[in-house]
Amino acid sequence: MIHEYLISILTFISIYSIIVLSLNVVIGFTGLINLGHIVFVGIGAYASAILALNGVPWYISIFAAGILASVFGAAIAAITSRLKGDYLAMVTLGLVFIAVAVSRNWISLTRGALGLPGIPDIIKNNFHYMIFTMAISALSVFLFYRLTNSETGKIFQAIRDNEVAASVLGKNTYFYKIISMAASTFFAGIAGSLLAHHLNFVDPTIFELDFIVTMLVMLIAGGLASITGSVVGVFILYALSESIRFIVVNPSIVGAFREMVFAVVLILILIFRPRGMFGKVDI
Amino acid sequence: MLSLNNVSKSFGGVKAVDKCSFEVKENTITSLIGPNGAGKTTIFNIISGLTKADSGTIRLSDRNIADLAPYKIAKAGISRTFQLTKVFRNMSIKDNLLIAKNANDNDIKKILESVYLHKPLETLASELSYGQQRLLELARSLLMPHSLLMLDEPTAGVNPEIRRELKLILRSLKKNGKTVLLIEHDMEFVMGISDVVIVLNEGKVLKEGKPKDIVKDKKVLEAYLGK
Ligand SMILES: Nc1ncnc2c1ncn2[C@@H]1O[C@H](COP(=O)(O)OP(=O)(O)OP(=O)(O)O)[C@@H](O)[C@H]1O
Ligand SMILES: [Mg+2]
Repeated sequence: MIHEYLISILTFISIYSIIVLSLNVVIGFTGLINLGHIVFVGIGAYASAILALNGVPWYISIFAAGILASVFGAAIAAITSRLKGDYLAMVTLGLVFIAVAVSRNWISLTRGALGLPGIPDIIKNNFHYMIFTMAISALSVFLFYRLTNSETGKIFQAIRDNEVAASVLGKNTYFYKIISMAASTFFAGIAGSLLAHHLNFVDPTIFELDFIVTMLVMLIAGGLASITGSVVGVFILYALSESIRFIVVNPSIVGAFREMVFAVVLILILIFRPRGMFGKVDI
Repeated sequence: MLSLNNVSKSFGGVKAVDKCSFEVKENTITSLIGPNGAGKTTIFNIISGLTKADSGTIRLSDRNIADLAPYKIAKAGISRTFQLTKVFRNMSIKDNLLIAKNANDNDIKKILESVYLHKPLETLASELSYGQQRLLELARSLLMPHSLLMLDEPTAGVNPEIRRELKLILRSLKKNGKTVLLIEHDMEFVMGISDVVIVLNEGKVLKEGKPKDIVKDKKVLEAYLGK
């Protein structure tokens, strides 16, 4: 039993790592304040679910989830390319509300609030699925490490620090912002697919605000523009969040208590350690 | 090599640049001078594509660049610095320079030596003093492949020694066939180095000529000292 519990935790940590890492690429490395990252996770989850429920094999549906999320991500980046900082944050947050509305109301595709149950497992054995998600998580760590240390990654960081200077040095900042979002949302879509196949279910609550807040706290606690930070941030905060189960006796308030702890952690970080554990840049 | 023809730009009611025409000849050092708010920086921003002119044409070696995106203008051979320094704060000195050009460590060290910036390559730009950040930006603009270099008040905030050095750098650039367009308030610096001086006042070209003709001009004195 303990064993199964641990497997479940590590599976979630692997999936969350992919989400937070990919978020770090746009926010931490490129300076695009994208608060709607969860939308791309959701697109991946729904796409994968719908395909799998229609008999498409998982290795195609997981890939299609990444591609579809990435196409949406690139389009959003192209449309919002002139927006900066707070404005981009507002627009991307707005995407979440659109996603909620669409997933609730496009009944023929999503079954609305009922959600889509019965999404088949990719791998029946939970331990093996954990290994599978860990491998994909490790692969994303490797690829994001390569990307952020490449010439392209340096240009992302230049855009984050000073977009005007990057442009007068001959960098097509519009193009690079789209590339950053496309790469990031591809992995968000993959993570969404992994989540859907793991939970065997997806419904509009995937877009709920506390999921977004959780991801952001993990990102900020780990530190912006740090790959290590994102992985460690997810690990520690997930462990903290799970330990609340054992401290709080009354199960009905576990959720609320967890949200409170996350909020307090966020406030403490912002006051005492604004760069988080491994952050390279200020928030 | 660069020519502006009837370029205008207003911000709300303010005519920052008003039917401005002038030419920067190849292989010269040309200086833009004028009182605060004369429109000098705005002209730089228009040339580099960051600000779109309301009207007028800008030609770089017979190519109209007025409608190009900033990165394309940069690739066409214009490198520049900013009056308010724009370094990549969270990046190292080395990475700042690598954005300009894929140079090797040796070239990077050389360029830093030429601007007297003696700091380890891995130092973050945010850890540099204001003057050092200006030098880093200058080095970056020098490293960036270009035929025309535009410097917005390069001597502001750097010590006199480096001011002298800057003169030498600009002269050697000229010797190597480069063209320089300079905004500068330090008259001694301007008069000592320029081939052509263009005086701007309230967005208009007031006077254009050799340094020795400019210093004697009555209109120029009036613009600077007030009537
Ligand atoms: N983005 C802007 N928005 C509104 N007004 C502007 C803007 N940029 C410049 N101006 C105005 O245009 C005029 C010219 O400004 P500019 O910065 O070109 O002057 P300058 O010659 O570079 O002055 P200085 O020597 O002080 O740097 C000023 O009146 C300024 O207030
Ligand atoms: Mg100026």
